[in-house]
Amino acid sequence: MTRGHRTRGDLALVALLALTLAAAATFLHAALAGGRLDGATREGRNLVARLGLTDLALFTEARYTRHPTQADRHAAFQDHPMALEHFPSGSMMAPPPFFGRTAHDPLAPATASPD
Amino acid sequence: MTPWLQRQRHLIDFTVEALARRKGRNLALLVVYALMVFVLASVLLFSQALRREAALLLAQAPEITVQRLVAGRMDLVPAAHLERLAGLRGVASAQGRLWGYYYDPATQANYTLMVPLTDPPPPGTMQVGPTLARFWRLGVGDVLSLRTHDGRAFPLSVQGILPTDSALVAADLVLIAEADFRAFFGIPAGLYTDLVLKVRNPREVAKVAQKVQRDLPDTRPIIREEILRTYAALFDWREGMVMVLLSGAVLAFMILAWDKASGLSAEERREIGVLKAIGWETSDILAMKLWEGLLVSVFAFLLGYLAAYVHVAAFSASLFVPVLKGWSVLYPDFALTPQVDPFQVFTLFFLTVFPYALATLVPVWRSAVADPDAVMRQ
Amino acid sequence: MIELMDVRKAFNQGRHNELWAVRGVSLQVPAQQVTVLRGPSGSGKTTLLTLVGCLARPTSGRVRLHGRDVSGMTERFLTGLRRQTFGFVFQQFNLVRGLTVEQNVMLPAYPLGLTRRDLRRRAHGLLESLDLAEHAQARVEWLSGGQAQRAAIARALVNDPDVILADEPTANLDTELSRRFLDIVRDLKAQGKTLLMTSHDPLICQAPEVDLVVGLRDGQLD
Repeated sequence: MTRGHRTRGDLALVALLALTLAAAATFLHAALAGGRLDGATREGRNLVARLGLTDLALFTEARYTRHPTQADRHAAFQDHPMALEHFPSGSMMAPPPFFGRTAHDPLAPATASPD
Repeated sequence: MTPWLQRQRHLIDFTVEALARRKGRNLALLVVYALMVFVLASVLLFSQALRREAALLLAQAPEITVQRLVAGRMDLVPAAHLERLAGLRGVASAQGRLWGYYYDPATQANYTLMVPLTDPPPPGTMQVGPTLARFWRLGVGDVLSLRTHDGRAFPLSVQGILPTDSALVAADLVLIAEADFRAFFGIPAGLYTDLVLKVRNPREVAKVAQKVQRDLPDTRPIIREEILRTYAALFDWREGMVMVLLSGAVLAFMILAWDKASGLSAEERREIGVLKAIGWETSDILAMKLWEGLLVSVFAFLLGYLAAYVHVAAFSASLFVPVLKGWSVLYPDFALTPQVDPFQVFTLFFLTVFPYALATLVPVWRSAVADPDAVMRQ
Repeated sequence: MIELMDVRKAFNQGRHNELWAVRGVSLQVPAQQVTVLRGPSGSGKTTLLTLVGCLARPTSGRVRLHGRDVSGMTERFLTGLRRQTFGFVFQQFNLVRGLTVEQNVMLPAYPLGLTRRDLRRRAHGLLESLDLAEHAQARVEWLSGGQAQRAAIARALVNDPDVILADEPTANLDTELSRRFLDIVRDLKAQGKTLLMTSHDPLICQAPEVDLVVGLRDGQLD
């Protein structure tokens, strides 16, 4: 077809193979990188332990979004996450599993650890 | 090589040449296609990485946090509760936490003021989160003046800056001494924001939480597992608004791809007639078209996926920062360790590759089974 | 070798625009000779050619090849027949645009699963003999009418068929090129090929290479 004996079809297949290998390499890279705790994460874990932190500082925009897991009934994330009043953070986070629990409710039934 | 393989090679040669003939159109399609995969894969990889990070970080969170509810609202917890819980069977230790929010009208930012459980800074000083420090360009020894609950200026000098690497949990923190905290917010001694419990046997956490609730009915215990579960649902891809927004784009692309893939031009139709007339079987033509669909969609998938991986792994998903940041003034800088969930990647693969590959086949099937003599009568 | 027995072919049967293109033709196409179907346009000669070449099935009647009835065969079988037994030279040549001459010539052999080297060798041999070797890498849309026809002939020959079918081969050629075509016909005949052409070109019908001229009018033999 074209000069030499390499066709465009061959080129396409070689490129495809290279991309597939690269994609496989991402699996490997992720497995290697994910297997060990890097310095930053260790630093963060120490701080969480020292301060007794409960949340990520992802949504610092308002008091009621800063600690989603500590929310009370008047706070954000109690509604359906599609609720637009807390856009965009409200669209990325579901209500905590204990939402709505009061003193008289039993503990969340979904709790997985054995009693 | 077997004749079957040789034949597939020839079919691929033919289909690649055919694609090369309409280079502009097919390249544009490939780019749009890859872009769509890129955005979808970026969301998947980013949320996966963020969930992993959250799980690792918050594994150190308090095993049980106890809030007190008064008239259905969170309220301060009296020291009596603390003593009561410390004596509960199975509880290794109980501590009162002091934390709260400070809204700075000048910067329109919210700070989280907190008293560390251990090693608090000396009175009159503070340790600040890395993002806050950068925002104010604070160095050790600098003084930041906040306004107390009763309107007084309350100068605090920087004793230390929390490590930059811890920004994801500490971006907006202001750590101060207990005396300063109580004076600043006007919280008398003997009251805490909430309590944190350490449990002797990790398997008894839920049981202890139940006991807490039974003994102190005005409290609400939150166990670590629930915290972890909340963050595990972060960006849950069925719930995420991102996905809702994206689905519009995906739909638009699907229409475009369907139109492109399922409509055969008169020339393509004629070509199929010629191929049949010169001895290609219907199955050869279908195989050729299937190769076309697979090559385009697999290429687009791989390009999009790899770009997404680089985006998340090397650039910490920088394109998503505006979305995540929202109205936050203090947004943490953080690097992510990518995590790949093979199941999700394969789901994405099937969802993006197969509809397109099949869409290329439908119209070909129709014209490939037509009588080849049509090519002689035109 | 090819026998048609009372063959009829209708288009759009049962609809208001029903058309009987061939109305009962019985004919023997002798092997290793040159036969011309002559007739005005609309006489059904192209349709007859498609019936002989197994591109279409007759509405009624039989087509026999080597004494074997092929009119009732499966599409898969007919495809194989088209590939191995027949070579087609279409009136519009029907070369695939965007591909080179060499690629076009190799097309009918793709489903055979030959190695690429064998394919190229075959194609080059043919292009050499048809004086097209220097254009092997040219795209077909750059070819002149005569070159395009020779490329089409090379494509028809690549699977080494017994029978060459050509539809109005000289319709797009001037006298000079038509004579050139007849030279090729003579060579093919000398190689033992059976040729069947449609034409109303007197140059073809009166050529010494042609063994048999069959007249057609309104779908019937003259």
